[in-house]
Amino acid sequence: MSESFTKGMARNIYYGGSVFFFLIFLALTFHTVKEMPKRDNRHNITEAVERGKHLWEKNNCIGCHSLIGEGAYFAPELMNVYDRRGGGSEEGFKAFMNGWMNAQPLNIPGRRQMPNFHLNDQEIDDLAEFLKWTSELDANNWPPNIEG
Amino acid sequence: MDTLKYQSQAVAKPYFFFAMILFVGQILFGLIMGLQYVVGDFLGGIIPFNVARMVHTNLLIVWLLFGFMGAAYYLVPEEAETELYSPKLAIILFWIFAAAGVLTILGYLLVPYSTLADITLNHLWPTMGREFLEQPTITKIGIVVVCLGFLFNLGMTILKGRKTAINMVMMTGLIGLAVFFLFAFYNPTNLALDKYFWWFVVHLWVEGVWELIMGAILAYVLIKVTGVDREVIEKWLYVIIAMALISGILGTGHHFYWLMTPEYWQWVGSIFSALEPLPFFAMVLYAFNMVNRRRREHPNKAATLWALGTAVMAFLGAGVWGFLHTLSFVNYYTHGSQITAAHGHMAFYGAYAMIVMTIISYAMPKLRGIGEANCNKAQVVEMWGFWLMTVAMVFITLFLTGAGILQVWLQRLPESGEALSFMATQDKLEIFYWLREIAGVFFLIGLISYLTSFFITDKKAQA
Repeated sequence: MSESFTKGMARNIYYGGSVFFFLIFLALTFHTVKEMPKRDNRHNITEAVERGKHLWEKNNCIGCHSLIGEGAYFAPELMNVYDRRGGGSEEGFKAFMNGWMNAQPLNIPGRRQMPNFHLNDQEIDDLAEFLKWTSELDANNWPPNIEG
Repeated sequence: MDTLKYQSQAVAKPYFFFAMILFVGQILFGLIMGLQYVVGDFLGGIIPFNVARMVHTNLLIVWLLFGFMGAAYYLVPEEAETELYSPKLAIILFWIFAAAGVLTILGYLLVPYSTLADITLNHLWPTMGREFLEQPTITKIGIVVVCLGFLFNLGMTILKGRKTAINMVMMTGLIGLAVFFLFAFYNPTNLALDKYFWWFVVHLWVEGVWELIMGAILAYVLIKVTGVDREVIEKWLYVIIAMALISGILGTGHHFYWLMTPEYWQWVGSIFSALEPLPFFAMVLYAFNMVNRRRREHPNKAATLWALGTAVMAFLGAGVWGFLHTLSFVNYYTHGSQITAAHGHMAFYGAYAMIVMTIISYAMPKLRGIGEANCNKAQVVEMWGFWLMTVAMVFITLFLTGAGILQVWLQRLPESGEALSFMATQDKLEIFYWLREIAGVFFLIGLISYLTSFFITDKKAQA
């Protein structure tokens, strides 16, 4: 690096540049949070959805599945599982969820195994409500198709 | 033999030692998961995949934190030209952190996660069950306490001593680490907000403040092993971290494409994160430049190899593999696929695992009273470890990339109705997963070789 470019100049670019871009980041964050209600469907967060999210966290579902593409990549994406498995109806999805959660572990030799989390009917319903709410989020048109 | 400039630097030793133990655990659980990818029911009832993954990723994070702390305790006193403010506090915090870490990992392994959430009273302040932030709330509080004590100790040391650029950058990075971790305590019911601010911990750590820590450690080691003028190295350090933060802060936007966010993040995220490889490229130029302009022949060849290696691998893993899927129109198809896993593996290894091994390689011979460097034989075995682990990681990354490309092709690109399901796609990727697992075994052999080097001493020299 040229001699005329001094350490002091480099330091000033570092401090000035970081502070400047961090402030822009904060401003965009502020704006984003303000815009979020248009896409996050928050008026539909019921108590069941809230309980469902706690169950989702308490059983570490993210340790195998992804949700809006984030999490582990060992088991299917669940943001749109409501659409994929529900056949477009709430009853259909809840029936699927009930059957699916209670059938675990499937014990198919060699197949990836989902544990049984011993959820009762009410809890399975809450989890289903959370996944239904999640499926209605506007994540800029992601995922590309029904398979997630 | 007394080989430390400041006696209190010795507190770094248990930190490095414990980091290595956790590293072994991380790799073993990685191998379990790798096998579960192909033999799905392997250890199914005993260690479910989600548990193994939590252990794998949490061990990584914690051993890197131990490594960073050890690095700070080692280099800050020497840079400040004064003893550490309180070596006793550093040792107390070591035991608190180690105990909290071990208990948390045991909790993951011995009881179901939901039971762990219950006995740690997660319902009082729910923070668990989010990727990488799975630790019970009480553990998270423990981490904050340890960080505060650690920062206080270092801050007091720097205040009474010389304030070099390396120390200031290291300190800024560590303070940033502690500050952004506080977002781990924010877990709103609204998933949109939850996910948005979750990235304030995850992205602003690994693509933000951790790069300052990496830069500071690398600069310190380069000064020591090359003897190049501090002014030159510190100037480079500032340029590199300036580029890192200028690109990386708004680069956070590449995680906001598919959240409940305005479209402008697609542009902001794509443009700024496309610049994120630049600081890593500069780091490669700088590391090689400094080593070529060296004014001394440092006997620790292994440390120099690690310093060059971390620059190159960070550029490949974080820079190139990050760029591969960072543009929003690409990311639309690759988001949350095995491409992400490929990038994650090489980036963490190249930038963070390797920088910790760089400082360990440089500092350990001194901490153990051996001298400037280990004997030649030990260094050769250490370098075998370097090459085996690094080449194995290149292959792991390539196999996962292959798996990711095929996954995108089969599962993401076709229209609904024609696309293969997730599980059907996974079956098609089996060969890549087997090859990845084999590469993982080579990584373990490399790790064993690396650790073996610590036990090789020069018998003739002692006699």
